[in-house]
Amino acid sequence: MEKIEDKNQQQEEEQVVNPWEVSAKEGGKIDYDKLIDKFGCQRLDQSFVDRVQRLTSRPPHVFLRRGVFFAHRDFNDILDAYERGEKFYLYTGRGPSSEALHLGHLIPFMFTKYLQDAFKVPLVIQLTDDEKCMWKNLSVEESQRLARENAKDIIACGFDISKTFIFSDFDYVGGAFYKNMVKVAKCVTYNKVVGIFGFTGEDHIGKVSFPPVQAVPSFPSSFPHLFSGKDNLRCLIPCAIDQDPYFRMTRDVAPRIGYHKPALIESLFFPALQGETGKMSASDPNSAIYVTDSVKDIKHKVNKHAFTGGQESIEKHRQYGANLEVDIPIKYLNFFLEDDAELEHIKKEYGAGRMLTGEVKKRLTEVLTQLVERHRRARAAVTDEMVDAFMAVRPLPSMFD
Amino acid sequence: MGYSKDQLLALLKELQIKFSQYEHPVVLTVEAQAKYVGNTGGVLSKNLFMKDKKHRYYVVSALADTKVDLKVLSQRLGLGKGGLRMAPEEALGEILQVPLGCVTPFAVVNESARHVSLLLDQEFKSQECCIFHPLSNDMSISLNTQGLDKFLKSIGRNPSYIDLEANPSVGKDQPPDLAAFVPSDSPVLSVLPEKAPSSQDSTGKSVGAATNSAAVTAKAVKPSGNAQNVKEKPVDSVQPSIPAADAGKFVEELLDRASALLLSEISEDSIKQHDGQLGVEVANNIKKCVREDLKNLATIFKNTAYTEGFYAGTRYQPKRL
Repeated sequence: MEKIEDKNQQQEEEQVVNPWEVSAKEGGKIDYDKLIDKFGCQRLDQSFVDRVQRLTSRPPHVFLRRGVFFAHRDFNDILDAYERGEKFYLYTGRGPSSEALHLGHLIPFMFTKYLQDAFKVPLVIQLTDDEKCMWKNLSVEESQRLARENAKDIIACGFDISKTFIFSDFDYVGGAFYKNMVKVAKCVTYNKVVGIFGFTGEDHIGKVSFPPVQAVPSFPSSFPHLFSGKDNLRCLIPCAIDQDPYFRMTRDVAPRIGYHKPALIESLFFPALQGETGKMSASDPNSAIYVTDSVKDIKHKVNKHAFTGGQESIEKHRQYGANLEVDIPIKYLNFFLEDDAELEHIKKEYGAGRMLTGEVKKRLTEVLTQLVERHRRARAAVTDEMVDAFMAVRPLPSMFD
Repeated sequence: MGYSKDQLLALLKELQIKFSQYEHPVVLTVEAQAKYVGNTGGVLSKNLFMKDKKHRYYVVSALADTKVDLKVLSQRLGLGKGGLRMAPEEALGEILQVPLGCVTPFAVVNESARHVSLLLDQEFKSQECCIFHPLSNDMSISLNTQGLDKFLKSIGRNPSYIDLEANPSVGKDQPPDLAAFVPSDSPVLSVLPEKAPSSQDSTGKSVGAATNSAAVTAKAVKPSGNAQNVKEKPVDSVQPSIPAADAGKFVEELLDRASALLLSEISEDSIKQHDGQLGVEVANNIKKCVREDLKNLATIFKNTAYTEGFYAGTRYQPKRL
């Protein structure tokens, strides 16, 4: 059983990382080493990145090269099986709590698209409209509407419709999916779920019984229209590391009900524009770049709101160089600038003080604008009929081609 | 072409919906209507045709006595405090296909009103009968909410009634309670030019009168000619939206990108630099730069084509044996 700590203790002393709250220790940034240690997952080192490159015969994704996806559970098993010719499927999801998606939301989807293309495997995407209805107190209709709207942005990330099934909980829960939910629920005591998620006596029973909903897409038998007869198919879950608790629970239960444990590949948190210690918040539009931002918006946000590590004056900057540890434009470029050589060059020059903050911000604005524009074009091509097709319960005959 | 009054009445009869009809001279306001049908036992309705800043339209239908605060409604829909305005006169004709003074829930029978959101006063439910115009101002019909619901369901609408006088607080932790009523599809029709309606001033801002001033011709004026493109949030570089799975356009797009890059790669400097090897060099650069972009375009094309096939498949009629 992987180590899980008492949530109450967490809040007093340390950083808090769970599906509903992410905060660093007072005034600091998230300590990822501690997190890996506490959660009990593994670091993704360079050997993995090389192996992925070998197996897929294409350059590894920028997020792998830069350590954005930095932790995993059993990813080596997935790769071993893949080498033997055994396929797997991908599972990721989104909690549709708002209409406005920012770049941080897109990261797991961008990476998952790469995985789908590189390994040529199918993908299921779960929209947890029920979860948001319960946790954010939205009406059922509103959460379903948001799920569909978010689906459009997700589709715009470029998933292949012949290999992708998107579903919303309100639409899909039932049948084989529900049978697995009950199997999972039977294996998790009330005390255990309180320990993992921190529920209290005041929380309503909807919340307490939600975790199995997010757990069972890890099991191929939940999707009889896709994977019938393939009970042995493995599952890989790309997600942000705050989702780990759900899947620790799932991995604990899986062998008890005769299924493979799902493998995970986990990412860092995307920093807010104001810096690592700041929080990206829906009520502050200047804390993030949204996919609906115009070219002007992006330029303004980067120039006026991005927290930089540059010095106060040009002279000081030339002398001491920039503090790359806290500089947000550098961090964002780390996520989104494809060219490794160019990034190294910028880091070197900026860190030495030869390049100014303005230049770095200008380059970042270019990169982000290109990204957002590409997304917007793709989004414009997504119709309601396309969403219906992605969400239709249908077989995917060419899903491994 | 929009439904006529007679077509609507025929539809109601076909659906076996009980209603009473009253003919009277053309009326443009609730007060005028009351003179003729005020004593029939049914309760009069006031009907507002509204639009928001993103050119989405709403019909708000309430008891004549219900107080409708547009600022509150706007907030409850998530449109901010001043998000709702009276729709321009042209929209009445284009979208609802009814004359001035004739806004009515029945107007959503028209295909052009497919994306118009319908907000119904829950007070209707406690009334025996409610009075509406049947797409024409020279008649009023009176029916109960069961009848109205049956009609709406028959045209694929889900009738939902709301408390129009409620004023819940809207903020960070209390999302707008009526947000689900905001149409999520972009309007099918071209957006009407934003000029003020020609000869009359709309007194529509006051909640009491549901219609415009009397100095008005009964028939709405259709806007002349040109359709404008749907206004989107202003963006510096305006990109055309990607067309449906049109192989010709798709290939043109690919060729445009590749040739633009080709032209930028071949310059005096690059010729000097690479000489005979220029071809190879340029080819490699183009591949590197444009690979991802083209793959994305191809995926969009594939998804669009698949969707068209899927849609056709759901409506396919199996061969008769």
